[in-house]
Amino acid sequence: MSTFILLTITGLGLGAMYFLIASGLSLIYGLMGVLNFAHGAFLTVGSYASWWMSDHAFDGIHSLLLRFLLGAACGLAAGAVFAALVELVLIRPLYQRHIEQVLVTVGLSLAFVALVQGIWGTDAHPYAAPGWLHRTTTIFGAHIPNDRWIEIATAAAVLVLLQLFLHRTRYGLIIRAGVENRAMVTALGIDVRKAFTLVFALGGVAAAIAGVLSGVYFNTIDPSQGTSLLIFAFIVVVIGGLGSVGGSAVAAVVVGLLQQYVNYYASSGIGDMAVVLLLGLVLLARPRGLAGAFAT
Amino acid sequence: MAVAVEAATLLEVKDLHVNLGQSHVLQGVSFAVREGGVTALLGRNGVGKTTTLRAILGLVGRRGTVRLDGTDLTSLATHRIVRRSVGYVPEDRDIFAGLTVEENLRLAERDAEPRYDLVYDLFPELRQRAGQRAGTLSGGQQQMVAIARALLNDNRLLLVDEPTKGLAPALVADVARVLERLSELATVLLVEQNLGVVRRIANDVVVLDQGRVVHTGDARGLLAQPELVRRLLSVSAAGQP
Repeated sequence: MSTFILLTITGLGLGAMYFLIASGLSLIYGLMGVLNFAHGAFLTVGSYASWWMSDHAFDGIHSLLLRFLLGAACGLAAGAVFAALVELVLIRPLYQRHIEQVLVTVGLSLAFVALVQGIWGTDAHPYAAPGWLHRTTTIFGAHIPNDRWIEIATAAAVLVLLQLFLHRTRYGLIIRAGVENRAMVTALGIDVRKAFTLVFALGGVAAAIAGVLSGVYFNTIDPSQGTSLLIFAFIVVVIGGLGSVGGSAVAAVVVGLLQQYVNYYASSGIGDMAVVLLLGLVLLARPRGLAGAFAT
Repeated sequence: MAVAVEAATLLEVKDLHVNLGQSHVLQGVSFAVREGGVTALLGRNGVGKTTTLRAILGLVGRRGTVRLDGTDLTSLATHRIVRRSVGYVPEDRDIFAGLTVEENLRLAERDAEPRYDLVYDLFPELRQRAGQRAGTLSGGQQQMVAIARALLNDNRLLLVDEPTKGLAPALVADVARVLERLSELATVLLVEQNLGVVRRIANDVVVLDQGRVVHTGDARGLLAQPELVRRLLSVSAAGQP
């Protein structure tokens, strides 16, 4: 029983990170039709900016918690600015040229990993986090690492905030409508390009949060972390339904849990194959994913 | 005399060309829409009527000149054209199926004081269905939402694309009545296949064929010539809304 609880909470923690990456990816694709292969770079910006600021800029601060929080805030800001710049400089000039957009985002993802390796090396760097996060809490005999709670709570908070944004604000309304029919939104007199930049910035923040939390989860950061997590985030987006934040949340939980259960109860490494199999089954049964084409 | 006609022109389309893929859909379309009343854009299926409306709005790439009240719109983005008091009721409604009726209307708000009183006066059913997801409405109700979005703002020009398409005959009469009301509030450029509706509300007609204007003039004058109607449109001039 304790093993099952540990697997479940760990799976939810992993699913939380998938969701944080997938939510931005899903909105970007749903609204703009851009398959953003550079989304992993947003995660890397978040993790490296928070690590560097915490270890170098704020090294005079004695409280590790405060250093971690300040570093994380810088990481989130860097993720937002970087993502917005990518949209403004690289994506906007290629508006509606989808092949070129894919090429430029793939190129950026490769170049960005090389840039990070060039500056900070290829080795992983230890990621300092408050000691409490690395201790465990015992639940029904299972020793759960505390960082899992933070990951799950953060993803849940992001989900709630995104839903509030999508359903309670005018920009949210524009994004939900734009996911359905972008041309008609412009035909109502709305400059949908502002929504494009906003969605990229939001996606950058969410991915940067995932970058900070992945540093805590794995205890280290490395240049290729974003790329490896991005693959599963893409699977989550497709299973959840392109453009649906709610669908991505459900799919992320399913994928995270499935990976953990299969890796433990079947064989280590089989979990990834099980996820791909699940993707195939969902595409056969529901080609538009769990939530269809609405931004929910 | 020529000066008087010029002053009354609200929309001027000159030498408009549109290519969609390999197809040269509009091949130098030119016409003018007088301020006030309804100008009907007629023609067989596939001659470029919808493309003309979309080109005026900049929703498709085009060459040529589009002037609204003398101002060149050609270099403006779609949202900037619409903000110059142009409303659009698209073919097939294009309502946002995943949004509620109220959200569809709220999205269309542009003026400081949107005309909800007018909208709900014309379509009281929309008030009752405000919280309903628009995708679950009937075709006629969806058409109400599409027209209501254009009515919400004080537009000078309304581009209305086949508003009676696919509607039951009883609803066609209702839509014709609403269009009459629309024409009292703004200048309407109407794409319409139902000649009964055209006869009832249109003042002027522009007939397209194979991407070119082949006839312009008075609506009653055209509809009074069954042979000309048959030749231009391949349909009988009969038909009531």
